[in-house]
Amino acid sequence: MATASGVPVCTAENSLPQDSLPGVTNSRPGSVIELVGLSFSYPDGRRALDDINLVIHEQEKVAVVGPNGAGKSTLLLHLNGILTGQGVVRIMGRELSNGNLGLVRSQVGLVFQHPDDQLFSPTVFEDVAFGPLHMDLDEEEVSHRVHRALAEVGMDGFERRMSHHLSLGEKKRIAIATVLAMRPAILALDEPSGELDPRARRGLIRLLGSLPQAMIVATHDIRLVDELLPRTVILDEGRVVADGPTKTLLKDVELLDRHGLEPP
Amino acid sequence: MRSDVGTERGRRGRSAFRRDQRVGLPDQPSLCATSTRLRGVSLAHIQVLDVHQEGDSPIHRRDARVKLVLTLAFIVAITALPAGAWLSYLLVLLAIGFVLGVSRISPALVLKRSLVAIPFAMSALTLIFTRQGTTVVAVELAQWTVSISYEGIVAFASILTKAWLSVLIATMLVTSTSFPDLVSAMRSLRVPKVLVSVISFMYRYIFIIADEALRLHRAREARSASPKGASQGSIIWKTRVLGGMIGSLFLRSYERSERIHAAMLSRGFDGDIRTMRSAELGPSDFMVIGACLIYLLTVLLVSRIQRGT
Repeated sequence: MATASGVPVCTAENSLPQDSLPGVTNSRPGSVIELVGLSFSYPDGRRALDDINLVIHEQEKVAVVGPNGAGKSTLLLHLNGILTGQGVVRIMGRELSNGNLGLVRSQVGLVFQHPDDQLFSPTVFEDVAFGPLHMDLDEEEVSHRVHRALAEVGMDGFERRMSHHLSLGEKKRIAIATVLAMRPAILALDEPSGELDPRARRGLIRLLGSLPQAMIVATHDIRLVDELLPRTVILDEGRVVADGPTKTLLKDVELLDRHGLEPP
Repeated sequence: MRSDVGTERGRRGRSAFRRDQRVGLPDQPSLCATSTRLRGVSLAHIQVLDVHQEGDSPIHRRDARVKLVLTLAFIVAITALPAGAWLSYLLVLLAIGFVLGVSRISPALVLKRSLVAIPFAMSALTLIFTRQGTTVVAVELAQWTVSISYEGIVAFASILTKAWLSVLIATMLVTSTSFPDLVSAMRSLRVPKVLVSVISFMYRYIFIIADEALRLHRAREARSASPKGASQGSIIWKTRVLGGMIGSLFLRSYERSERIHAAMLSRGFDGDIRTMRSAELGPSDFMVIGACLIYLLTVLLVSRIQRGT
């Protein structure tokens, strides 16, 4: 991780309570995610992210769209330090470093594209309890959070079920519950509606709409973006090529076409 | 909110489709012979692994730790029984019969599954000929004499019976206990964490890997048509394709393991898998364990007395 040198220092008082904690560097008020000059290259030299600058505020819902290989998933993996590139990542005003990975990972709920990767325990309960248990919560609290999270995604009563007996729609919901149980301030979702049939997709969109957290969603589902996410970031070849209100961007047919996207 | 009824149905629809395909297979025997076999294998895998039968008997409800400990105790005791202790074998069988009766699991099912032990126990067949003792039959073969001894027959029959009894009791365990319960029982009985995690991951992903193998195989089948209709490609070609499939399966599993690791890291994993503590065992659990251990001691004692007379 590179240092924050050269980054304009913001001196404004931050409204987030986390600012009183140590290890907090200056950041813009109300921002939950702040990326400054973030670049990342894979070991084979392919540049996946190129000077990304992005600020996401509390409860903001942002879509990240772009063609395959644009760097959407790579970007999400930077938000909780699974991958680290050059530049600065600030989560809840705190610069991501090896010392606060654990804390940041409880604040950024990352939901992977394939629920079979996310659900690795024999039973649904164990999977949803995995995050809270690794946050060192006591067992009563863990149980409480598991039941709450499953209820939030409409999957209460599935605790004892085995993941491989579930449908894809059910798995996707439970994958979201596994991070909700950690009570994150930010949800980062990779292709949440991918491969779902229309009914399961509709249910999932309703679920995502009901969640209050700040949300960053990497997706190809432009209709989902139009319906659910007021702000859109278009990524192409690792660069932010457009960032603005979804309604405006999705009307710009020429822009969409240039980056391999289709209007809804 | 629960709108997944449709996908559930869709899933069932898919498996029905799979069945239909299998029904359709005998029409093209030459092309599909191998695929039937493979499909049979992968379906059999799922059946073999998913042996647990839901039930609501005292055996099903009993804590998995108690069942696991007692199963191991029975297997150790059976192993310790001397050859020819028929009365003791019968007592063990009676105990198994009692548990089977209480559990209301189909005896035919357990019997069928327990037979997997027989081929392995057959390796003791040579004992009949090699064990020295009272000769029952002696056959002259050119310059050799092959003799079958009474002691050899007893030793072989004992090994066969003991192996069968051990597998029988292990079958009872996995039929009446769900796999996740068994895994957490192993964990609370202090089986090394790494081993338990490996078993747990294996169980979670074997179905997915089997499905991937099935898809790869179908993709091969779909491309191995021949205009003449009969040819299936040479053995060498098939072997090469199979090698590629295995390699591809390994790479996919390897990549998946990296994604799973990332998913674990994202939820705070730091190298130490933490799980919920299981509830304490109750007095009734200890009574069951005690009663069974006393029974096993009796069985061992009976075998001593029988040998003494």
